[in-house]
Amino acid sequence: MKRPAVSRKVVLIALGVVLVGTFGFIMARTGPLAATRVTVVQVEEGSVTPALFGIGTVEARRAWLIGPTTAGRVKSVQVDVGGAVAAGEVLAEMDPVDLDERAAALEAGMARAHHAIAAAEAQRQDALARHEVAALNARRYQDLGRDRFVATSAVELKVQEQTSARAALAAADSNLAAARQDLLRLQADREGLRQQRRQARLLAPAAGVVSARDAEPGSTVVAGQAVLRLVDPASLWVRVRFDQGRSAGLKPGLPAQIVLRSRPGQPLPGRVARVELLADAVTEERIAQVAFDAIPEDLSVGELAEVTLQLPTGDRGPVLPNAALRRQGDATGVWVAAHDGLRFVPVRTAAASLDGLVRVADGLRPGDRVVVHAERELAAGSRIRVVDSLAERGK
Amino acid sequence: MISLAGRDILHSWSKFVLTGLGLGLLIGVTLSMAGIYRGMVDDAQALLDNSGADLWVVQQDTLGPYAEPSSLHDDAYRAILGMPGVARAASVTYLTMQVRQGETDVRAMVVGFEPGQPGEPGRLVAGRHITRGHYEAVADVKTGFGVGDRIRIRRHDYTVVGLTRRMVSSGGDPMIFIPLRDAQEAQFLRDNDAIINERARTAANPALNRPGVPGLLEAIQASQTSSRNVNAVLVRVAAGAQPEQVAARIRRWKRLQAYTRMQMEDILVAKLIATSAKQIAMFLVILAVVSAAIVAFIIYTMTLGKIRELAVLKLIGTRNRTIAGMILQQAQGLGVIGFVVGKTAATLWAPVFPKYVLLLPGDALRGFVIVMVICAVASTLAIRAALRVDPATAIGG
Repeated sequence: MKRPAVSRKVVLIALGVVLVGTFGFIMARTGPLAATRVTVVQVEEGSVTPALFGIGTVEARRAWLIGPTTAGRVKSVQVDVGGAVAAGEVLAEMDPVDLDERAAALEAGMARAHHAIAAAEAQRQDALARHEVAALNARRYQDLGRDRFVATSAVELKVQEQTSARAALAAADSNLAAARQDLLRLQADREGLRQQRRQARLLAPAAGVVSARDAEPGSTVVAGQAVLRLVDPASLWVRVRFDQGRSAGLKPGLPAQIVLRSRPGQPLPGRVARVELLADAVTEERIAQVAFDAIPEDLSVGELAEVTLQLPTGDRGPVLPNAALRRQGDATGVWVAAHDGLRFVPVRTAAASLDGLVRVADGLRPGDRVVVHAERELAAGSRIRVVDSLAERGK
Repeated sequence: MISLAGRDILHSWSKFVLTGLGLGLLIGVTLSMAGIYRGMVDDAQALLDNSGADLWVVQQDTLGPYAEPSSLHDDAYRAILGMPGVARAASVTYLTMQVRQGETDVRAMVVGFEPGQPGEPGRLVAGRHITRGHYEAVADVKTGFGVGDRIRIRRHDYTVVGLTRRMVSSGGDPMIFIPLRDAQEAQFLRDNDAIINERARTAANPALNRPGVPGLLEAIQASQTSSRNVNAVLVRVAAGAQPEQVAARIRRWKRLQAYTRMQMEDILVAKLIATSAKQIAMFLVILAVVSAAIVAFIIYTMTLGKIRELAVLKLIGTRNRTIAGMILQQAQGLGVIGFVVGKTAATLWAPVFPKYVLLLPGDALRGFVIVMVICAVASTLAIRAALRVDPATAIGG
């Protein structure tokens, strides 16, 4: 079958038109001739609520390391991790080694001291008696000597005897005092030993929960080393680290939302309890403690938490999305899509919120249309085509 | 004057159009191959453009951060900021890894950046910039992620808050931007099993776990898990400063390596993608030669197919020039159709390629000229055959 040449010509021309049309369409949609697709937004008058975001770990405000004051061996540990303890409860005991024997030795020493006191007392009585006799003799000989009944030398002898007896009495007095002092010394020694014995028992300084059991009975620990660790579960808070560059406005009392890693969907209310004066110079972070309004059940120390602090809402002004901000050289600004084309307007941001809105201090008026998303880098002469959305998923 | 070529084409138009289409697809493949090569080079350029840096400061004696591993302390930027001629400097990390989203994972280059500093994603095509210091990400659309998706990098989940376009590594992997602190952790923090093994190993070492020194073991273990390293410091030089001079000062006084844009381009294009680019270029040359040969054979066989008609033309006294012109015009027409089809096809299928295909208008223009020249050269073979036709064959058969 042979078709007329005219119809063939028409088909050919139609084919040619389709081909050239497709080619032209593609050239206009892609490549350097095409307009850049952008999305725009109108600048609105409004205010942004700045917020700070940081991460931290749950820590205990009050925690204790319980250990001996001298090196020694652990004799027994009465409590285990997780156990609640009351203030003053015995948690563990150190091996007293020879403390009890030394106490027995001291007791014996004290008994001996008592006897020594008694002996000294008796010696003093004896010396007193000797002295009284010597005094009587001396007086008598002095009377006789004055009437010249005895020789002077005999009188002098009796006087010397009286002096010696007085000295012996003084010595006996001193002996007695020394024996009493000895007893006092031994009593003090015994008191010290009792203190040491008491130190061997490790007591809870306050009510809390045992968080770690670092040494078992039989192990040797040095002075200051922990046998047990105690935390006060009522004092748990979050030690949060904020990037220094985004920590302006951080102060105690700010309301906080705490999201624990174990329950991502449940923000817990809290409040900044303390802002530490010392910032971390190495990590360039500031540190603040955020307390829970109500401490949740089953909270674990060391758990990671994300904390968002709400700052007071700032002044009103032109508000736009942060994706609109561009950097041209050293200036930050936005592309304003005016009727006569694109214009780069430098702006200064005054406040930013966590949901991506910024308030600019100057450069823009509410109602200005600014480019938010752009397919390509824009320039002052760029042709643009405004679309609703640029991102086709999965492309 | 009647167009002999046009008449002949009209006579067997379906054959002509189909041949043109086939040739067009072949040209499309050739143009795509050129586009793939251009795309590779452009990936490298895009990486440098998007980092927004004038200088790359990396570990001494390395070609980092893209071509070789490089590790710097993360406070190195402070010392660099103090150098004359430096306007801005910021640490960055780069780590190519599989990023998980639900059941699937995507190969991506995870970039750790400081907001507002060189290295940040410049413009977005959806969503917003990162506002939190942790656990937010901006991803390239090539990853397939959407705004609001939760993705997993190592042990943390990140929320995608914004999308970029053409933010790729030199290998063409899409980029995912996350805050620097998170990226440092992702890069240098080991998995939990390794950490626990390491702790046990340290605790078993009697030199490090001394009974008489409580706290020593804990201190050593804490120091093992923290890392304060980055891969590079990106530097913007101040207006009026010469990047080369600033780089020279950094190299001299900071005992670090500093590359300018030119040097970095050289490293990426000449060293990193050199072999694969040569591979593509080799293939491109072979394709071009094959295309030329096929065009020549098609025109030759088309001419042989109408030997009888040519003989008749000769018999009625048509001049050789007219016959040669007809064949040349047909060849050129075939070339034009082929080019238009090829360019259209290449443009249509370019976005489907997994890696970037860049079709430059200059390449298309060059391709057009080459196609026309090849067609012209190829038609000489057919013209020679046509001119040698004996007019007697028209009668004798």
